Amino acid sequence: MRTSFVFSEVVTGLRRNVTMTIAMILTTAISLGLLGGGLLVVRMVDKMQANYQGKLEVAVLLTNDVSANDQDCSSQPCSGLRTSLQTTSGVETVVFENREKGFERFKRIFEAQPELVKLARPEAIPATFRVKLEDPERADVIVREFSGKAGVKSVDDQGKFLDRLFNVLNGVRDGALFLALLQALAALLLISNTIQVSAYTRRTEVGIMRLVGATRWYTQLPFLIEAVVAGIIGAVVSVVGLILFKAFILDRVLGDLFSSGILPTLGQLDVLIIAPILFGVSVLISALTGYVTLRLYVRL
Amino acid sequence: MIRLEHVSKVYKTSTRPALDDVSVEMDKGEFVFLIGPSGSGKSTFLRLLLREEVPSKGRVYVSNFDVAKMSRRRVPRLRQSIGCVFQDFRLLAQKTVAENVAFALEVIGKPKNTIVKVVPEVLQLVGLEGKADRLPHELSGGEQQRVAIARAFVNRPLVLIADEPTGNLDPDTSQDIMLLLERINRTGTTVVMATHDHGIVDSMRRRVVELDNGRVVRDDARGVYGVGR
Ligand SMILES: Nc1ncnc2c1ncn2[C@@H]1O[C@H](COP(=O)(O)OP(=O)(O)OP(=O)(O)O)[C@@H](O)[C@H]1O
Ligand SMILES: [Mg+2]
Repeated sequence: MRTSFVFSEVVTGLRRNVTMTIAMILTTAISLGLLGGGLLVVRMVDKMQANYQGKLEVAVLLTNDVSANDQDCSSQPCSGLRTSLQTTSGVETVVFENREKGFERFKRIFEAQPELVKLARPEAIPATFRVKLEDPERADVIVREFSGKAGVKSVDDQGKFLDRLFNVLNGVRDGALFLALLQALAALLLISNTIQVSAYTRRTEVGIMRLVGATRWYTQLPFLIEAVVAGIIGAVVSVVGLILFKAFILDRVLGDLFSSGILPTLGQLDVLIIAPILFGVSVLISALTGYVTLRLYVRL
Repeated sequence: MIRLEHVSKVYKTSTRPALDDVSVEMDKGEFVFLIGPSGSGKSTFLRLLLREEVPSKGRVYVSNFDVAKMSRRRVPRLRQSIGCVFQDFRLLAQKTVAENVAFALEVIGKPKNTIVKVVPEVLQLVGLEGKADRLPHELSGGEQQRVAIARAFVNRPLVLIADEPTGNLDPDTSQDIMLLLERINRTGTTVVMATHDHGIVDSMRRRVVELDNGRVVRDDARGVYGVGR
């Protein structure tokens, strides 16, 4: 088959129907953009899980009385609590952090917000046991056993907080993927429709080709390639869009969370890593839609 | 070369058969006129040969193709060995004269160097050597029909089918087209032509198959259009 023939047919096909082509490219791009967004959230959650892996602790906060008077956990009830924590099964390490060190740590975390640090006083920070478990899932044992004991103000499971964060992120991911799916459906119908219109406007021409003995494959390939080309352009638009979205919106809105280390940073590299996936999905879907449309709905 | 055995064709949307138990045989190298009043089934006959339609009953053979029974995938092969010409020329409007002719070679995968050699030859044969780069709408009707004939003949088909090829042309131009078809016939190509043109049929004195209401009512080896019609 002559490639020049196919190429010129594709170009005229796309040009003949400019508005339709643009609509097709944009819907595809938006769909892929949402899919890309969902995939980025997935990457972010993965990174976070890796980051926090082995770092999750249960914090046993001590009462104001203990925090103020027992700087090195040498007397009761602090020393007793330490021994019973250490002997609880499943506990890996227990580190005591007095009020002063806790305040240092607080200042470090909120470095980026000096106003907040200025407002805070060391008296508000309790002395704390940082308890690392062999299995972070079993944190509720500590919570149950040590809540309410003498000298204990409260027991915080960092895992709980993180679970909530993951829930939010997973919600964002599911939302993005769901919208991507809806948008993909729109893109799919649009591709199918464009091919049908395109085939209809060229029915006489194609009829003549068939009469001279052109195969179905020969006359239909240009339509298929038209769809795939639109899909590829859509993928390019979506990747460029994601890069711009990340640079101008995401980094601004979530910049503080990124720099304080609460959320892992997403680099342009992450966008580039998902780009081939978006291209693959786009080519696959447009080719498949094109093929099915030509088989089922186009009688030429 | 062409054989129809008890062929009937009833279109889905009508009750009266367009062809009714037609059996005809045409040999290699014959020139056959297909005549009959409007609606008698001439075009239907020719469409069956091209597998643009399938018969409701009976069998159709062209060369060694079992036309009615063959799979759709093989239809392009059949059409590549049949040239066809129509009243309305059916040229590709965006392609030049040379490209229109070349297209028939491209679809059967002929290499480019053959195409650039063969196309000028066949354009010369039909008398269009100076007009290779014109678009169809820049040609007269007679010239457009020559392009169509060039395209139909460029593959050296076994059979050339013509459905009222002179229907849109004045008598002089028609005469030229007939001379061209005769020349093609002399190369051994079977020509089947549906026509209403008395003058042409009477002057050529070739085989005449007459249809009426879908039935073959006459088959003369050296016939005329008919008396009293
Ligand atoms: N696609 C179709 N669907 C339904 N009926 C058709 C179709 N094509 C032709 N017919 C009918 O079949 C009959 C034969 O038509 P056909 O076109 O073969 O006649 P024809 O001899 O070529 O006529 P003409 O000389 O006017 O071209 C006519 O009654 C016509 O109405
Ligand atoms: Mg007719």
